[in-house]
Amino acid sequence: MTRFSKFTALFLLAAVPFLDLPDYYMHVLILILIWGFVYTGWSIMGRFGLVSLGHGAFLGIGGYTVGMLWNFYGITPWLGIPIALILATIVALIVGYPCFQFRIIGHYFALVTLALAEVVRLVIIGMRDYTGGSLGMTPQRYGEGMSVYAFQFVEKDYFYVIVLLSWVFGIWVWNLVDGSMARYSMEAISDDEDASASVGINVTREKLKITILSAWLTAFGGVLYGQYQMYLNPDTIAGISVSLQIVFASIVGGMYVALGPTVGAVITILLSESLRILVGVELAGLDGTIYGIMLILFIIFLPRGILGSGWAKPLEILRFPKDKPG
Amino acid sequence: MLIVKKLSKHFKGFVAVDSVSFEVHEGELVGLIGPNGSGKSTVFNLISGNLSLTSGSIRFDGQELAGLPSHRVCHQGIARTFQIPRPFRKLDLLENVAVSAFFGSAVPIRREEAWKRAKEALGIVKLSGDSNVDVARLGASGLKKLELARALSTRPRLLLADESLGGLDETEMEQAGEMLEHIRSEMGITIIWVEHIMGILMKVVDRVIVLDHGEKISEGLPNEVADDPKVIEVYLGDKNEVGHKAADTTVESLQSSDYISRKQC
Ligand SMILES: Nc1ncnc2c1ncn2[C@@H]1O[C@H](COP(=O)(O)OP(=O)(O)OP(=O)(O)O)[C@@H](O)[C@H]1O
Ligand SMILES: [Mg+2]
Repeated sequence: MTRFSKFTALFLLAAVPFLDLPDYYMHVLILILIWGFVYTGWSIMGRFGLVSLGHGAFLGIGGYTVGMLWNFYGITPWLGIPIALILATIVALIVGYPCFQFRIIGHYFALVTLALAEVVRLVIIGMRDYTGGSLGMTPQRYGEGMSVYAFQFVEKDYFYVIVLLSWVFGIWVWNLVDGSMARYSMEAISDDEDASASVGINVTREKLKITILSAWLTAFGGVLYGQYQMYLNPDTIAGISVSLQIVFASIVGGMYVALGPTVGAVITILLSESLRILVGVELAGLDGTIYGIMLILFIIFLPRGILGSGWAKPLEILRFPKDKPG
Repeated sequence: MLIVKKLSKHFKGFVAVDSVSFEVHEGELVGLIGPNGSGKSTVFNLISGNLSLTSGSIRFDGQELAGLPSHRVCHQGIARTFQIPRPFRKLDLLENVAVSAFFGSAVPIRREEAWKRAKEALGIVKLSGDSNVDVARLGASGLKKLELARALSTRPRLLLADESLGGLDETEMEQAGEMLEHIRSEMGITIIWVEHIMGILMKVVDRVIVLDHGEKISEGLPNEVADDPKVIEVYLGDKNEVGHKAADTTVESLQSSDYISRKQC
């Protein structure tokens, strides 16, 4: 993408609130941007073979930490967010350090992270006196529901601007990693850990860095989601199913390309919304089933995702070129 | 420079390296030889930290290396090559070396500097032609050179070259020997060289260490070792055959145990 087309695209996206779109369309756009941001955060590590099936844990930590600090102590999300990020870091370290130190990779790593997602979900349910358990919880509304201090914006136009900025930030971080030495070290590590260590790469540290970065973005995505929906539920924000949805969307969109995960978000959200409208809520699990089937087909036939694959030439424009130094 | 004392490695009861001691002095080019499975690569893996040792001590400039992870050993100034090349397949040739230069440097360096060092290292091993080439397109000799370039780009003081020049033709083997000689004399890098083909190794090394079944059975100047009856028995066979072996040793004979049995009869 050229600089010009980048700015044009951003300008168009920034102009959306002035279009006076119906609330429902704003709602869908906001969801796409929030999930696009989350999926981008996941793929920052997923693209290097660090396939986490437990990123729902970080979403949950983000959403619940901020919501609970606000409800019980009146702590503003501006303080709650850094606290949530610190918690996400601690959890990433507790799970990541032993995994990386003991060379738990591939499927085994995926299984450990799968357990993580479930543990966080169960902890939220177990602390039902504080979290509302599986009934979920609602952050207390502040005044009219429009407050920078409380990070609450009932007006969709405002929330849209916030998630747009967050999403742009996420893409910027993705590209930053893509152009950094960390990418080279992670590509080397994902290929051969012993050989990487022999040329001086601190394998554990490099993996932890990328994992923590990914955890931060995802936890912040959880905050956005919670503050937008003004409702948190352990099943939608912390469990295995949301974790798998993250993986599914990122793979389908193309996790090796900056905008791939966002394309994944467009697909999953349009799919679940149209299923909801066409089929109704009786078949609530249907989108999950379709995701599953699509995922299998993609892994077999299009492992690099829609944006990452050769036949998606018309979409080529959505790729960011890779700058190579030297 | 390097002092190895009573180094042992057991793999679940199997003794791969058995109380081996030796020293390497600054500026030396030492050959480490022995039949297949005698523990040469294992010794390298122990020094480089790729394997943890069962017992013993490895001192490099007075510092104990035992227990250090590989990346720290690299930062201490020890680089290694792998007998079977292990390129990073997702990176191109230049990136392979640049990532090594960047992360292998003992002190943090700038990115541009890493790319500069990578180009230099590729120049030394004579691979500078098309540096953006996909490593999958490198042949056996190219991959060996890539291994060497990666190791050199970290600016080591001691190089562990696990060559066993399998897969190379005779001129390539000669060149590889000359290259190591050049690296030692021009760049002042101390080298331990593992090699099967005696004809080439004996010509360039200062000293030879011989392993058999994990034990050190001989050590000395090339001609002393070649005359040592124990070495002749397990490895060299009739020493008059040494030169001849260099010529007819090929990949298969290097890798197969058939090679040992032929030498032993
Ligand atoms: N990771 C391992 N696990 C178990 N046994 C091993 C391992 N690595 C090496 N060995 C065994 O240790 C012995 C020594 O192997 P090593 O690779 O050091 O021999 P070598 O002298 O390098 O042989 P070659 O000349 O064929 O390269 C062999 O019998 C080998 O099978
Ligand atoms: Mg070997």
